[in-house]
Amino acid sequence: MKKLLLGNAAVARGAFEAGVNVVASYPGTPSTEITEEIAKFNEVYSEWSPNEKVAAEVAIGASIAGGRAMSCMKHVGLNVMADPVFTVSYTGVNGGLVFCVADDPGMHSSQNEQDSRHYARASKIMMLEPADSAECKEFTKLAFSLSEEYDTPVFIRLSTRVSHSQSLVELCDREDVPVKPYEKNIGKYVMMPANAVKRHVTVEERIEALKAYAETSPLNTTENNGSRIGVITAGIAYAYAKEALGDKVDFLKLGTVYPLPDNKLKKFAAAYDKVFVIEELDPVIEDYCKALGITNIIGKEVFTLLGEYTPNMIKKAVLGEASPEINRPTEAIPVRPPVMCAGCPHRGTFYVLKKLGLVVSGDIGCYTLGAAAPLASVDTTICMGASVSAALGMAKAQGAEFNKKLVSVIGDSTFMHSGITGLVDIVYNKGNNTVIILDNSITGMTGHQNNPTTGYTIKGEETKQVNLIALCKAVGVEHVIVADPFDVKEFERVVKEETNREEPSVIIAQRPCALLKSVKYTGHCTVTENCKNCKMCMKLGCPAISVKDDTVVIDSTQCNGCGLCINVCPFKAIVKEDN
Amino acid sequence: MSKNIMIVGVGGQGTLLASRVLGNTVINEGYDVKISEVHGMSQRGGSVITYVKYGEKVYSPIVDEGEADVILAFELLEAYRALPFLKKGGKIIVNSQQINPMPVITGAASYPENIIEKLSAVADVSELDALSLAKEAGNIKAVNIVLIGVMASKSDIPYEKWVDTIKQTVPPKFLEINLKAFDLGYNY
Repeated sequence: MKKLLLGNAAVARGAFEAGVNVVASYPGTPSTEITEEIAKFNEVYSEWSPNEKVAAEVAIGASIAGGRAMSCMKHVGLNVMADPVFTVSYTGVNGGLVFCVADDPGMHSSQNEQDSRHYARASKIMMLEPADSAECKEFTKLAFSLSEEYDTPVFIRLSTRVSHSQSLVELCDREDVPVKPYEKNIGKYVMMPANAVKRHVTVEERIEALKAYAETSPLNTTENNGSRIGVITAGIAYAYAKEALGDKVDFLKLGTVYPLPDNKLKKFAAAYDKVFVIEELDPVIEDYCKALGITNIIGKEVFTLLGEYTPNMIKKAVLGEASPEINRPTEAIPVRPPVMCAGCPHRGTFYVLKKLGLVVSGDIGCYTLGAAAPLASVDTTICMGASVSAALGMAKAQGAEFNKKLVSVIGDSTFMHSGITGLVDIVYNKGNNTVIILDNSITGMTGHQNNPTTGYTIKGEETKQVNLIALCKAVGVEHVIVADPFDVKEFERVVKEETNREEPSVIIAQRPCALLKSVKYTGHCTVTENCKNCKMCMKLGCPAISVKDDTVVIDSTQCNGCGLCINVCPFKAIVKEDN
Repeated sequence: MSKNIMIVGVGGQGTLLASRVLGNTVINEGYDVKISEVHGMSQRGGSVITYVKYGEKVYSPIVDEGEADVILAFELLEAYRALPFLKKGGKIIVNSQQINPMPVITGAASYPENIIEKLSAVADVSELDALSLAKEAGNIKAVNIVLIGVMASKSDIPYEKWVDTIKQTVPPKFLEINLKAFDLGYNY
């Protein structure tokens, strides 16, 4: 049976069909749906782990114990899990072990545009790169058997357009792969120096064996159209190149992006006057070809290092063909950046932080949007967890007075991911920081995943819920206050009190995400004749509130009746109406 | 050559469901299909773009500038923004709803005027108030299916085939409203 599947769903299907036993991940766009889809299979144990390092370690443990295991993450998640990854390269596996990493060229939902292929080379782990959903499934299945055959973890590399495109996939049954017996093997699994020295030899031998595999692998295919131009490409870039160039060039499509097949590359390149290497982001294949001594390579001199490619771009670079005639708007088009939703609990928090003029050490999540106008409250966003630890550094550099004007903001899920360690640092190293945990009862930005603070597992089963108050107190924070960010007066009072305190403190800003089904705001807000046009409500940056002909109006189709604007209006000029 | 449809709108308007109804309909017709969606950050009230491409064989999941046969726009400004993607002779089906983006709300930019006239000068434009039709069907969220109805009425695929995929794609609870919304769009 053929079915239209997202690339991510096809990876999940491939793992399912390969008989995967354990999948552990932390959500991250564009990888999230892989693990969400896996969670629908009752045959597979799956979990949302607190962070990617934990997830990878769960998968590694499952593999050592003899099960087939997978962990999926976005590109920056691979940074978090890099530590175990580099060493599991040495230990190798028992059950097949696959790490699926999704890059985000064009940064649709990411803080950087790093190219994960560098990790494959650095950690000496094989990496496969599919170009569409059918390949996502096939490559993932193959990755499990290659993993066991060569005693290595295997990376699958996706990019946003592969992860989030749907194409047709042939569905097969799940293979019956029994969990292998566990065998104690200190030399293989205890990576202390004396053992690791020996395992490093195995790693280098394995790479040679995988290179030999890559030479004859069915994943690396050539397409001869009798052209004088050759194109070497992989993944989504192949899809763009094939559409752009059709049968006007010959192709070497690489499915194994690490290790690369030396002889195959040399032989292919030797047959053409010019060989274009088409790859988004960094010149990984190009540099490798050049290092092999291939001289007729054209790559980043005609292709950008930035963002996504398109077929038109490739047509122009390779064939010199102009793009089709294009009608453009005759005026500047206002951008439409993402905004916090109507009813978002974070809006109340940032309204207060902006009003108090605080420096806001920010983090990764929906609340990163607190940096956008008109709230423009967030000062920094680096990575998951940095809001807490970086604020300690800021306070140590600038001193006590600065610290009174400084807060960290971090979501509940992000706090569990890597905020807690920063909080321990604040307590341990005598910081007096104020950390605001934005507890919206869910992992929001990636589309509502459960986490240790929600009390539910990935499958929606009830479980123990981490008690944020008890946790913060247990690490030594004596002042932990729960406040509702929509009660703006009280919230402001609490923030003032805690930032002025010469001790560490945590404010738990508690109000659930407005998109949760359990949240039932009703009606919509409307502006009455009491309005003095002070435009205080406009400072909220609510998508439902705008100014028309110099009067404030609330769009009833956008408003969900959360009532935050009622709370900030000094003239009681906003009231709730039934829909 | 594939047939290229671009669905544009504002995060939260239901463009994903529209692309899935369209995708499933053309698969049932035996075409190869690719759909490219946007998830994550771009959904939060930002511009959203979905591409649906079908034909004998489709390689790239994205539609390039100058390549869209049809632009199905859920919002006026987003239709205007997508104009460079329209193929010469292509069609624009646009919901007349105006949703102000944040730079317009804050006064940093202004919403362009007379967008329909400007689009009509260079393209074949069908404009309708899909929001009112969705309300008439029973739920303002059915704007997506109203617009699919309009597109279906201009396609070669028979009415029943569209209804079949709506039945496959939409949860039973909302089926009646969506079928009504589809008819209102189809007969518009």
